[in-house]
Amino acid sequence: MKRNSPVLTTALLLLLLITAGCGQKISGKPSNTITVWHWMTDRDPAFQELAKRYEARTGVRVNFELYAPSDAYSQKVRAAAQGNNLPDIFGLLGEKRDFASFIKAGHILDLTPYMQDSGGAWQKRFFAKALAVNEFSSDNAYGITPGIYGVPVDIMTIQMLYNKDLFRKLGINPDRPPATFAEFLEIGRKIKDNNMQGLVSGWGEIWMIDCLANDYAFNIMGKDKILDTIRGKVPYTDPDWVRVFTLFKQMQDSGALASGIVTMVNKNAEQLFANERAVFAFNGSWCLNVYKEMNPNLNYAPMLPPKASDKFPMSIWGGAGSSFIVNARSKNKEGAVKFLEWLTDRDQQVYLAEATDNLPSNKDSLSNIAPIMAEFANDMEITTHPNTWGISEYPQVIEAFDKGIQSIIIGEKTPEQVAAQVEMVKEREMAR
Amino acid sequence: MRTRLYYRAKKTAINILIHAFLISVAVTCLFPLLWMVSSSLKTQQTIFKDMSFIPHGFHFENYYLAWQQGGFGRYFLNSIFYTVSVVSGIVIVASLAAYAFSRLRFPGKNVLFFIFMAAMMIPVPGSFVPLYVLLNKLHLRDTAFGYILCMINVGLSMSIFLLKTFFDKLPRELEDAARIDGSSKFGVWWHVAMPLARPVLAVVVVFNALNVWNEYVLAMIIFDTKSLMPLQRALMVFQGEFLTNYPLLMAGLTITALPIILVYMLMQKYIVKGISSGAVLS
Amino acid sequence: MRIKPAFENYLFVLPAAAIFAVFYIIPFIWVFQLGLYSWDGILPTKAFVGLSNFKEIILQDKIWWGAMLNAGYITLIALTFQNALAFLLAWACDREIRMKNFYRLIFFIPPVLSEIVVGLVWQWILDGNYGLLNNWLGQLGLSNLVRNWLSDPNTALTTVAIVHCWKGFGWGFLIFLAGLQTIPREFYEAARVDGANAWVCFRKVTMPLMVPVVVLVAILTILGTMQGFVLIIAMTDGGPAYHTQVPVLRILAAMRGSSRFGYACAQSITFGAILMTISFIQYRFSRYARQA
Repeated sequence: MKRNSPVLTTALLLLLLITAGCGQKISGKPSNTITVWHWMTDRDPAFQELAKRYEARTGVRVNFELYAPSDAYSQKVRAAAQGNNLPDIFGLLGEKRDFASFIKAGHILDLTPYMQDSGGAWQKRFFAKALAVNEFSSDNAYGITPGIYGVPVDIMTIQMLYNKDLFRKLGINPDRPPATFAEFLEIGRKIKDNNMQGLVSGWGEIWMIDCLANDYAFNIMGKDKILDTIRGKVPYTDPDWVRVFTLFKQMQDSGALASGIVTMVNKNAEQLFANERAVFAFNGSWCLNVYKEMNPNLNYAPMLPPKASDKFPMSIWGGAGSSFIVNARSKNKEGAVKFLEWLTDRDQQVYLAEATDNLPSNKDSLSNIAPIMAEFANDMEITTHPNTWGISEYPQVIEAFDKGIQSIIIGEKTPEQVAAQVEMVKEREMAR
Repeated sequence: MRTRLYYRAKKTAINILIHAFLISVAVTCLFPLLWMVSSSLKTQQTIFKDMSFIPHGFHFENYYLAWQQGGFGRYFLNSIFYTVSVVSGIVIVASLAAYAFSRLRFPGKNVLFFIFMAAMMIPVPGSFVPLYVLLNKLHLRDTAFGYILCMINVGLSMSIFLLKTFFDKLPRELEDAARIDGSSKFGVWWHVAMPLARPVLAVVVVFNALNVWNEYVLAMIIFDTKSLMPLQRALMVFQGEFLTNYPLLMAGLTITALPIILVYMLMQKYIVKGISSGAVLS
Repeated sequence: MRIKPAFENYLFVLPAAAIFAVFYIIPFIWVFQLGLYSWDGILPTKAFVGLSNFKEIILQDKIWWGAMLNAGYITLIALTFQNALAFLLAWACDREIRMKNFYRLIFFIPPVLSEIVVGLVWQWILDGNYGLLNNWLGQLGLSNLVRNWLSDPNTALTTVAIVHCWKGFGWGFLIFLAGLQTIPREFYEAARVDGANAWVCFRKVTMPLMVPVVVLVAILTILGTMQGFVLIIAMTDGGPAYHTQVPVLRILAAMRGSSRFGYACAQSITFGAILMTISFIQYRFSRYARQA
């Protein structure tokens, strides 16, 4: 008897596991259900509420499934794509290049016919820039049939912000943020003299460095030259690019940047700005929600990055915040499209904006939102976003670019060295 | 001539030094735990301003809120189920294999052992995708059974390695005595080898329990059904895309840490003094 | 008749081998052959590129080798500082001292804590402007040592390594303790009867019996620390510039950042080959040392 007990226990255990496995199988979902996968933890309660309203209205059940954090979500989507198990509606994070690959792999429904229906009623609702992120234009370098493939649910802009109370402390007029780069550097020196901290931003996460660098690139050389650089016609060692790199060195030397910014995670940066430990911040419009939660008395306002040149206008990153796309293999395509149409209608957009402090993608919803949100939204006109340029830079070049700027800030490399380095990586990638 | 007093003083001095050493290390270990607990009792506005260990206001309701908002109930039970299943599975499967590698002979033994060991050294960060596709084909995706099998595999190599090392060290006399008494190989394994290996089994249990308890990414990729998700899913609710609810997150993390500390406390007593002669006499 | 014993022996390893074959070998083969392709992880088509991924890693990818060096540095610190600490603590707790159980519980808290908490707490302690460490240094009159520990390129890697040690010593402590406790007390008594003092006991009884455990912990430390990355993401995300990059971070960057799945797989294989070589050398070395 005793001899058999280990065998018995093992057998019992296996039996237990098998029954557990069988017991958890889910019966098929009714076909009148739409499943949506997303990563937006902050907005999940609002989405659930909207799903309830939709069901009350139409009898169609919408399941919002949250998978967070965002890179776990991306992994799940890619794994599901491999297994052809994508839900009816989902969002895609990442570069336009990946978006294009998903389309080529047949996972994404072309929404152009729906958008252009009834004289383009649906299309006209949105900020043009928000839609552009989800669009492929006729001369795109990805080989995708031109059209609209996604629906923006909100917009966002990346702005520079400043703390009005700290401005007063420094003796600067809080209603007149610096308009030129020279003024900005002056304020930097004042900050240093007063032992305060300057600009905070999540530059440990490198893409935010890219934002600001791009803003200044637009200001200094204009969009066409930037696109030519990506196409390989202009080298990164061009004096205009070196000028962009030098701006960061000047910011660091003058004291305009907070210490430790190169390893700062954005959430830390938000914390510091919310707790009034930094004079400036460079952050996205989602910060409205964060600052409200952490410090409702924070007296701040957005400002454009101070101009470094008068040749071209300043531009800021912005466009679609989050977008949803429809699975081309979904069994309920029409239902999914209808839901997205409803979701981006004015009333729902206003609700979302109020509930989550994110800027609506529907142009007509602006009149009902908080004034500071409106201030952010007003800058939509001058936004740009790499996903709208029709061509992408090599990721290795972007990495070298951003890490290079980090090196400049910590004083390890000069702007010229970084320019040469980035150009070298670029040439290597182009030769591949 | 060294007096007895000298030896007594020396012993006490050494003891004091040792205690000082232990206490200083213990303080650095306790510090984050205390910070976590004290942060869980603060509010979102004060958590980074109030730097003291003892919060100015004790917000015990954070725990209730965390439990509620995170939906801890169901996920907690799931995690317990997964942890118990995986750990039991590994203990049985790995010790059987380790015993065989240590004491038994069969062709291909060394090659097989080498392959198991090699698995520890080759990280497969991209393995989530093939696992997903594999489970899909086996119709085990989105099932508890599939997840448990995957997690058993994750801890297998390391556990076999640990167990084999300790089985190697055991004196063979006890096993030989049992064989002479007519016991089968399974019997020797179950009645002689396993009890003697209690200390290292405790390590294996703790190690794997911790891994399963804290695992998150694989669960998220394999499971579509929310009701199958483990505990870590609940914590994700507090880590928003933009806004992290720190006090609730800390409360959630404290709740999550408690069971595993409990498991460790239970297993700790098995890491007792060597029993060799004691076992033979009893 | 001789078949039966061998068959019975196979049964012992059968469950492990079966699970392993399905859940490790199959994915491994998939990843392995992907190293020979150029694929972004999404498209249904892949391009066969032979060994060019490997060539690129070995000859061109300077960042990769920098990351390997960084991981090697962290591992070295772990092997020396972390394991010495773990051993000393285990030895201290093995003796008959009061509050033994209390210490055993406390020392295991760092591994139990999630990386989120560890990352947050240590960032707070090490913060350049408001951190506790700099605060204390200032109060102790050592303000010239104050710096931005995680952002300063000179100190970032060492700081990360130390936090790694802090989080990891609990495991070594546990295994060393288990090892020390399976040494029969009679050996010590016999040695003492023979007139040995504490140091000789240690040298002649403890050390020889602990050598396999020390080797075990060393191998596990190397494997675990070289593959570590979660804590680094929580503290510095591989920065500033590339100063705290480690290999697994590079693999993840290739997989998700630049959508070069095939390249990432090639990196994994290369990494695995290097780790295997190190383990093999170490194993051989330990066998040689044991015979000495």
